[in-house]
Amino acid sequence: MTTTSRPNPLGPGFDVPGSEIRYREAFNKTLGDELRRDPDVFVMGEDVAGGAGREDLGIIDSWGGAFAATKGLIQEFGADRIRDTPISEAGFVGAAIGAALTGTRPVVDLMYFDFITVAWDQLLSNAAKNRYMFGGQGKIPLTLFARSGVAAGYSAQHSQNFYSMVAHIPGLKCIAPSDAYTVRGLLAAAIRDDDPAIICNHKKLINMSSFVPDESYTIELGKGRYLRRGADVTLVGMSYTSEVCRLAAELLAAEGIDAEVVDMLSLSPIDEDIVLESVVKTNRIVIVDEDTPRCNMATDIAAIVADKAFDSLDAPIKRVTGPHTPVPYSKPLEDAFIPSPEDVVATTKKLLGA
Amino acid sequence: MEITPEKLRWLYTTMYRIRRFEEVLLEQTALGKSMGVAHTSDGEEAGPTGICAHLTDADWIGSTHRGHGHCIAKGVDTAGMMAEIFGKYTGLCKGKGGSMHIADFTKGMLGANGIVGAGIPLAVGAALSAKLKGDGSVGVSFFGDGATGEGTIHESMNLASVWKLPVIFVCENNHYAESTPVEYAVSVTDIADRAASYSMPGVVVDGMDVFAVYDAAGEAIARARAGDGPTFIELKTYRYHGHYHADDPHTYRLPEEEELWKARDPLPNFERKVIEQDLMDEVEMERIRNEIDQEIQDAVEFAEESPLPPIEELYTDVYVNYSNSVQGLR
Ligand SMILES: Cc1ncc(C[n+]2csc(CCOP(=O)(O)OP(=O)(O)O)c2C)c(N)n1
Ligand SMILES: [Mg+2]
Repeated sequence: MTTTSRPNPLGPGFDVPGSEIRYREAFNKTLGDELRRDPDVFVMGEDVAGGAGREDLGIIDSWGGAFAATKGLIQEFGADRIRDTPISEAGFVGAAIGAALTGTRPVVDLMYFDFITVAWDQLLSNAAKNRYMFGGQGKIPLTLFARSGVAAGYSAQHSQNFYSMVAHIPGLKCIAPSDAYTVRGLLAAAIRDDDPAIICNHKKLINMSSFVPDESYTIELGKGRYLRRGADVTLVGMSYTSEVCRLAAELLAAEGIDAEVVDMLSLSPIDEDIVLESVVKTNRIVIVDEDTPRCNMATDIAAIVADKAFDSLDAPIKRVTGPHTPVPYSKPLEDAFIPSPEDVVATTKKLLGA
Repeated sequence: MEITPEKLRWLYTTMYRIRRFEEVLLEQTALGKSMGVAHTSDGEEAGPTGICAHLTDADWIGSTHRGHGHCIAKGVDTAGMMAEIFGKYTGLCKGKGGSMHIADFTKGMLGANGIVGAGIPLAVGAALSAKLKGDGSVGVSFFGDGATGEGTIHESMNLASVWKLPVIFVCENNHYAESTPVEYAVSVTDIADRAASYSMPGVVVDGMDVFAVYDAAGEAIARARAGDGPTFIELKTYRYHGHYHADDPHTYRLPEEEELWKARDPLPNFERKVIEQDLMDEVEMERIRNEIDQEIQDAVEFAEESPLPPIEELYTDVYVNYSNSVQGLR
């Protein structure tokens, strides 16, 4: 997948030691930091180390997780804390919830986001509701992560963006980093947070690089950021569509249109203020979501804008989304499914009458 | 169990067809011709072959992400499969499914499945239909050792048992789930032992020996057709390649172990037996191999020359009937 790079996200003059690293490396480094910082943190999931139980044959860390998310961690933290599981998502996610309720801080790799449905009852009925039903007695410092998104022929059952499904559930948090810098800060924050949080790692982001400080840091859950300031229109992205919006804004700039790009980062809690602040300034908004169109995050954000910034709007709220279909396999169909920067440009120009 | 000369030839042809398909697919994948992930099943050919030898197009099978062998043994066309994996419109699913989602309902193949454990209840459902309709057909569920960690297998076995359904649970124990060794992830040495908990016969079979599979499957399927309920068959087998096309298996298993399994390869194993017993000769087997080599070569050419699906196909087949547009918002 693509490799691109971005300038220091902290801005010019904000010099901290750091380097250009890939999303997956930032993720891995952060897991290491948190495991080192807090002995209650542990990781589990299928093949997070790999070749489990074969240390005596000299086999250790054979996979290190899908896309090498957990590579190298077993060497430092051992098989108790980097724990391979059988293929039993309902079982080990449920066990993680139980472990979280009783004093540990599990980080669970669900591999592909699609597999969340196998564990869904545990998340929905236990993780999301336990604290509330039992009058605030327990807390569930559980972090789940999985690879989401449409890419590379993964087809109908390995490509879905279920973040609106997660955001819909009171009691669950949903986090959508958009680059190496944000995943490092958001993952650390999620692991230190006392509520169940689900982190979507889009496949197309995993091999992309950006500047990441060496020192550990957190990014507050529930806060978005500006990827670009502009006056004519607000483009809103989340996860990989933030990158799509950034690319679209560059194309629009070449045509004299000055777009502002809001990167949501968290979807529940959601940063209503940044969206409203931007749209009050630009008076036009295009929300870009790779998910299918019904009841998705774009729809939710559109409703917030309609409700709270209606008077600021000079044009209808526009959403750019995938179709109401499963994700197809064949490349031309897959390409047609994905909202592209060109799609965003076309919609924006129509909106501006340009 | 008696085997007719035609059936014997079918066993060899089918095993070799699976072997060749997988080998050529890996070559083509390395050339970038597959549009996605390919999980191959070479080494495991005797299982689906020995099982499906007893099935007709009216019987149904449920499959897995590693489904090419199941398709081929059930009589699915290799050109349509190859075209599907190449993402072409002439593929069995119009290029919309890919390697992990090949199905051919005309052949009783209910579909490969990308979700581990998800195909198992489908075969139970097929058996339920068979029982309700009284048509004498059976359902066969293929799944891996790793899939036995999922709840669906336990729920499905209990359902099939309490309802006495004509279903055969076929566990292809290839000793790994991705990089995870079976002895790490499964609490029993013989997975077939779990059948006892659901009051059905459980048999352990040498999955590298098509005759052993053929015998065990014949008994189980006859039992199912006679209305005597489900059977669990565990095939001890081995996948020769990595979990998927780009996986290096030597990060989790030793070459010595691979050699031990390859010494029991189902194809030479078959050839030795039929020559010893004077049932087939090398000339005939070579002729079969040449024919299949040509068939798979033709399948590649067919796939290569076939058109890509038109963009409108993105929007078809979501529902049978739906009154809203399914287009994306733009
Ligand atoms: C519900 C679910 N969890 C995890 C995966 C990822 N995955 C795909 S294949 C596989 C291993 C399956 O092992 P096994 O059942 O033994 O089948 P084999 O690959 O050996 O044929 C895993 C973990 C998945 N596809 N679905
Ligand atoms: Mg297996």
